[in-house]
Amino acid sequence: MRTEELIQQLSQDLKPTPAGAATGRLAVAFGAGAVLALTGMLLLIGTRPDLADAVRSGPFWMKAAYTAGLAATGFVVVERVSRPGGAGGKAWLLVAAVAALALLLGGIELWSTAPTARAETWLGRSWDLCLPRIVGLSAPVFLAVIWAMRALAPTRLHLAGFAAGIAAGAVGATVYGLACDESAAAFMATWYSLAILAVGAIGALLGPRLLRW
Amino acid sequence: MNPVEIRLKSLMLRGLDGDAKAHSVLLDALARLLRGYYGRRLGADAPDLEDLVQETLIAVHTRRASYDRAQPFTAWAYAVARYKLIDHYRRRKLRATLPLDDADDLFYEGEAHAAMAARDLNRMLGELPAKQHQAIRYTRIEGLSVAEAAARSGLSEASVKVGVHRGLKTLMARFRKDVP
Repeated sequence: MRTEELIQQLSQDLKPTPAGAATGRLAVAFGAGAVLALTGMLLLIGTRPDLADAVRSGPFWMKAAYTAGLAATGFVVVERVSRPGGAGGKAWLLVAAVAALALLLGGIELWSTAPTARAETWLGRSWDLCLPRIVGLSAPVFLAVIWAMRALAPTRLHLAGFAAGIAAGAVGATVYGLACDESAAAFMATWYSLAILAVGAIGALLGPRLLRW
Repeated sequence: MNPVEIRLKSLMLRGLDGDAKAHSVLLDALARLLRGYYGRRLGADAPDLEDLVQETLIAVHTRRASYDRAQPFTAWAYAVARYKLIDHYRRRKLRATLPLDDADDLFYEGEAHAAMAARDLNRMLGELPAKQHQAIRYTRIEGLSVAEAAARSGLSEASVKVGVHRGLKTLMARFRKDVP
């Protein structure tokens, strides 16, 4: 086909594109992914038995604030890397700041714990369940975000996949927070962060395959 | 700001608001720029040059929602063009990496130069006395004959000739001073 004809075809029946279309699509994906993760958690794991009491406790909200903070800052990064030339830039600093704060809290907690009790605080009762469960709950969120990004135009595909994984992992971890009754900051800073990082790593690996256009 | 950026961005914004005419003018301008950009890298008579241009135009069209209106349009279009070029290299296994370049490589030739040259010319002409400015504009830019220029400006043919001569001399002298 001649290029002039192509241009004519592309310009026919041109529909307006709202200014917030890209951000809106990503927000829909994160929302839908969160609902799927929540459903999966309720069906497969169930909420923590003491949820009604837990919502009046500090550690519950500390975990929620940490993972929701990562999800929110991760969303900003995803929004940037989904656009041509976008690398996330300073938005990554926000993600890192949230993670650093959690590590700091966990470190202070361990430091002020009696040495004999440190291992117990750090590992809790469910560290080995935490990782696979967060990764599993993140899967639908990750796929939804990838679906949204495929309509946009990321140009750094490893980085874009990594960002999608971090943000999706943070949403999965936020949902898991309703099921997990651990309360130590050190537990959260280690196992939640590792799980989110694992989803990020999977995303970085799959990015070029899933996001190519 | 760069005149190409201003013009293309306004076309893009109108296209995003649903103006089909502006959208086709934009794609047309991009097609010419892309032909140059890819041509300089693949060779102007590369058999797949036009395919790559078309594929990039389709990407610009279908992925236009990924353009952030607060950002420069040329940076966005260049990132799309560069991505498609790297993808092309990868598919052809010609070369794994792209030599260093930047957005100027897509936007500098042709349009940008012409626009900047026109701006400079207008500025320099504006510094001349009105008669010389007019004489040069009519005879050298608009292409009128000396007789037509004289009729239009109400001067004698001799004054037009003298105006052109003196004006050009002044311009040449100034140009030499500006560009060492």
